[in-house]
Amino acid sequence: MSVFFAKRFMTLLATLLGASIVIFIVMEILPGDPALVILGVEATDEAIALLTTELGLDRPALERYFDWIFGILQGDLGNSYAYKVPVWELVEGALKITVPLAILSMILSVALALVVGLYAAANHNKASDISLMGISQLGISIPNFWLAVLLILYFAVNLRWFPAGGFPGWDEGFWVCIKALILPAVALATVQGAILARITRSSVLEVFREDFVRTARAKGLSQRSTLWLHVLRNSMIPVITVMGLQFANLLAGTVIVENVFHMPGLGSTVLKAINNRDTIVVENVVLMLAAMVVVTNFIVDILYAVIDPRLKAHDI
Amino acid sequence: MALLDVENLDVSLSTAMGPARAVRGLNISLEKGETLGIVGESGCGKSMTALALMGLLPDNGTTEGTISLQGEDLLLKSEKEMCKIRGNRMAMIFQEPMTSLNPVHTVGRQIMEPLRLHRGLSKSEAFKETIGLMERVGIPNPSERVHNYPHQLSGGQRQRVMIALALSCSPDILIADEPTTALDVTIQDQILELIQNLVDEEGMALILISHDLGVIAENTEKVAVMYGGAVVESGPTDQIFGNLAHPYTQGLFAAMPKLGMGRNGRLTTIPGTVPDLINLPAGCTFTDRCPLATDECGTTAPSISTVEAGHKVTCHHIDQAINGRGEGLYK
Repeated sequence: MSVFFAKRFMTLLATLLGASIVIFIVMEILPGDPALVILGVEATDEAIALLTTELGLDRPALERYFDWIFGILQGDLGNSYAYKVPVWELVEGALKITVPLAILSMILSVALALVVGLYAAANHNKASDISLMGISQLGISIPNFWLAVLLILYFAVNLRWFPAGGFPGWDEGFWVCIKALILPAVALATVQGAILARITRSSVLEVFREDFVRTARAKGLSQRSTLWLHVLRNSMIPVITVMGLQFANLLAGTVIVENVFHMPGLGSTVLKAINNRDTIVVENVVLMLAAMVVVTNFIVDILYAVIDPRLKAHDI
Repeated sequence: MALLDVENLDVSLSTAMGPARAVRGLNISLEKGETLGIVGESGCGKSMTALALMGLLPDNGTTEGTISLQGEDLLLKSEKEMCKIRGNRMAMIFQEPMTSLNPVHTVGRQIMEPLRLHRGLSKSEAFKETIGLMERVGIPNPSERVHNYPHQLSGGQRQRVMIALALSCSPDILIADEPTTALDVTIQDQILELIQNLVDEEGMALILISHDLGVIAENTEKVAVMYGGAVVESGPTDQIFGNLAHPYTQGLFAAMPKLGMGRNGRLTTIPGTVPDLINLPAGCTFTDRCPLATDECGTTAPSISTVEAGHKVTCHHIDQAINGRGEGLYK
């Protein structure tokens, strides 16, 4: 068991190191001089050179890379070129929106997927299965930003149950914030949940065809008990795989929905930083996203081993 | 009253090509403690018979006729009532020990399940009973093995676990569907001997399904030879093996490799393949492959004739088949 964890953890660290190198190189190659962007096209060469030195951008790339990495290890992400404030200050607020939003969307999506997927599988080929899968097909096809607008119109403008946009900040109280996150979370979770529901259904149906399910039935377990006691756990591997991918997607890919709801999340922050050639912010945010994705995968790997003891055995 | 009485059992599976008649007009009866072998090629309806008895046919399967267990017709029972019978009064061992156990649960947990379900044992009682059962089926070191997952056991041990599982509630009838087919030859005998001993000890009735005549000959008192979904020959095992009658049974027997036939000796085969269960021929289903077939065979279904007391055969040319046995019907 510990070997399994240790191996996975080493992979995690190696992946992050690799990611940091790739991110740094890409930002080096990217055209656009931060000093030029900050000072504007009419700035004199001397001013640009002065600012470049001031920002430390004239130093060799390798030196800047190690500065960055050792800074991170000591909890210092550096200062934004454009705003002259610590990167952490810029990113902190965004993280506090994006991460809770991703988690809330994921909870909604998984709840929706499991209920719909299991119910459809248990009623395979009956009217309820067919109609649920039809609805889920619709859920997959709806663009989330359009759904977001519909949700705002109905639940925020007509019913006034939820705010139409903006984020009050966690100091204003937990429930107020959750209330602000509900509509964007629903908009994001609908598509993801619909996809996940279909995967849950097909995975459950596939496991239902396994020999050990017949054994369980031959023991005298009812169809329902067989589903809960024998099928469910075996069918979760593909579901968890997709859940991991979706969570990663929610962390980085929510820019559009965040914009619809006027929420300055991580996506908007990084977009702004790219436009400003604020490379240090971009590097840090992208590395942070990479870290979250890698950690999610690490958790997924551990869940695999928890679900299926055979996977652990193969690894050791 | 017989323990199990199956009358005119028909099983058909609806397919895109039309209904496949997997079992036709099956009659078997089994007394307490009796052992019955069902033998035949793949696709002859052996396994479908077993699944129909357990009420575990696939969703597209339908049954007609009666299956009465101690006078109760199982085909009239609700699903809930069947759940109380399966694993409790009738238990089944499957062909593939590799895939028949749930890979994510320990074997102990899987054996405990029917104990708790049917006998209402507490967790600790069931656990104790499980270790006892595992010991009984010859799994060494059961108090440790009970915590193992199926992938940590060998094929033979997994089949022993399946047997322990089937045995757990002392069923009246044990159905073993090709219990040794997936195992090494050396293990096969051990498993069959184990089943035989347990059946004797418990006084269970056994339905042993196999394509292997040797296995059937050694382990059963009665035999039913199935072909194309129907029984073509049935009777007491020694009578049948002493007096092979149906051309199909003779063919199966001739097709068994024999010691001393030499490395260049050719194995005898029955030409052709099993009939298509969706488009069964009008007469005898064995017509296409039978060396004795005449026009009559292709058009009229043969009736049952009795060779000796209890030994029944469905064939138009039964005398000819018996007479031709000496030289062999298959060359």
